[in-house]
Amino acid sequence: MAPVTDTIRIRIDRKEFPALGTREANLVLNGLDITIEPRSFVVLTGPSGCGKSTLLNIVAGLDPDYDGEITLGDAVKRTAFIFQTPRLLPWRTVHDNLLLSLPDGDPRTAGIAPLLERVGMTEAAGAYPERLSLGMQRRVALVRGFVQEPDLLLMDEPFVSLDDPTAQELRQVLIDLWNRVRATVIFVTHDRTEAVMLGTRILRLGRGSATVLQDAEVRLTRDERLEPDIVRAEVKRIFGDT
Amino acid sequence: MARASMLTSSIAKDSKASIGGRVMSNRLVWPLLSLGVLVGLWEIAALAADYAGRSRTLPGPGDVASTMLREYQSGALTTHVMATLGRVAISFPIAMLIGAAIGIFLGRVKTADRFFDSWLIFFLNLPALVIIILCYVWLGLTETAAILAVAINKIPNVAVMVREGARSLSRDLSEMASVYNFGFWKTLRHVTLPQLAPFLIAAARGGLAIVWKIVLVVELLGRSNGVGYQLNVGFQLFDVAMILAYAIAFIMVVQLIEIAILQPIEARVNRWRR
Repeated sequence: MAPVTDTIRIRIDRKEFPALGTREANLVLNGLDITIEPRSFVVLTGPSGCGKSTLLNIVAGLDPDYDGEITLGDAVKRTAFIFQTPRLLPWRTVHDNLLLSLPDGDPRTAGIAPLLERVGMTEAAGAYPERLSLGMQRRVALVRGFVQEPDLLLMDEPFVSLDDPTAQELRQVLIDLWNRVRATVIFVTHDRTEAVMLGTRILRLGRGSATVLQDAEVRLTRDERLEPDIVRAEVKRIFGDT
Repeated sequence: MARASMLTSSIAKDSKASIGGRVMSNRLVWPLLSLGVLVGLWEIAALAADYAGRSRTLPGPGDVASTMLREYQSGALTTHVMATLGRVAISFPIAMLIGAAIGIFLGRVKTADRFFDSWLIFFLNLPALVIIILCYVWLGLTETAAILAVAINKIPNVAVMVREGARSLSRDLSEMASVYNFGFWKTLRHVTLPQLAPFLIAAARGGLAIVWKIVLVVELLGRSNGVGYQLNVGFQLFDVAMILAYAIAFIMVVQLIEIAILQPIEARVNRWRR
């Protein structure tokens, strides 16, 4: 039996953005309490402005200004964050961007080349990010996350604003990489189909107080996730017709 | 097969070289033409001055060139230009370093910026001459006072420019650096400084032009060598040819620094841009 401390618990009693200029104070998260099993792929979905990204920033430690407690458990030693935009350093090559994400001389450096090969980016290793398409930049960001060999991987709509085929391809790359690493993933998206394709568990958040409206398990095998009809049926089962 | 491809590649290289050559000559034609016209106008003005019986007030390009050659052969030109260049070489990096540090600090810390903003405006508007005189009064007519005076004149300028850059640093990238544990030095070198590079280069460009002009004033007021000192001698002797000879010699040196040092640095820093 796994020790209890391995579960991740996110308890946010209150998170408010203070009033600034003409903008009123905004209470984004209030009384949220989520428990996440290790090695599960949790998808957070909900309307814009319901605090999904804020939640990820808090878990990543980027936003210390909240009331509550984040318990990552003993199993989480390394966290990686794949952002909504690739956030690569434009003045460093793809390879240098990946090298810089690890401490100097870290043994994980050896993982860069195989991962680049896996996402089909070996040729672009020496290129500067702004000379690559958005899809390719997102691949690099994906590699930067996975090369950390993370125990917890946070992803904030990493495939948004890509055309359908590219997004679909990257989702398959993600499933493939995740199946080898089995990190715990918290993945934010608006896209219900994407949620069902990727997640083992879907949490639907409501606006404002950010209560969990729905907590559903996705019951699909790895192969079924690639069948559009089966995915569509599962989307309907979980989200209904709304 | 291999020979054929070698052949095409050498043809490609040749055509590239000739295109490169044409671009090069095009790049040189305009500056040479415009400088030629300027020298021509100068010659005409000098002839007119000569005709009016006042050739001493405006010597022609030929006179200035021969004065320059004479000063060069006597070794005086090299000595004084090197003295001035030495002062620029010491005070310029000091001003850049301190100015950039202040600029980054004020750009990042809002409270400090609010407090020190008026100080910065005060020093920006303090005339160079006042700073120079005060430095000489307080520290004596020494080399330290001279270099300090030049640096103090330039620091507020650099600070204001770099502050602008530091205010607009990308929050996205600093969050990325924090998630991937970059630490202070790695963040400074790979995240912060590259974002500030355009501002630093602009400050260096403007800085070089200002610093050497201030160095001349500093030398004129309280040093016994350097281009500024020689200009003073020329002024005392009413020797306009000597004044122009030293001025043009130094302009050429500064242009050389711009082309040989600043432009390559800029090209290197910008190589990632599309």
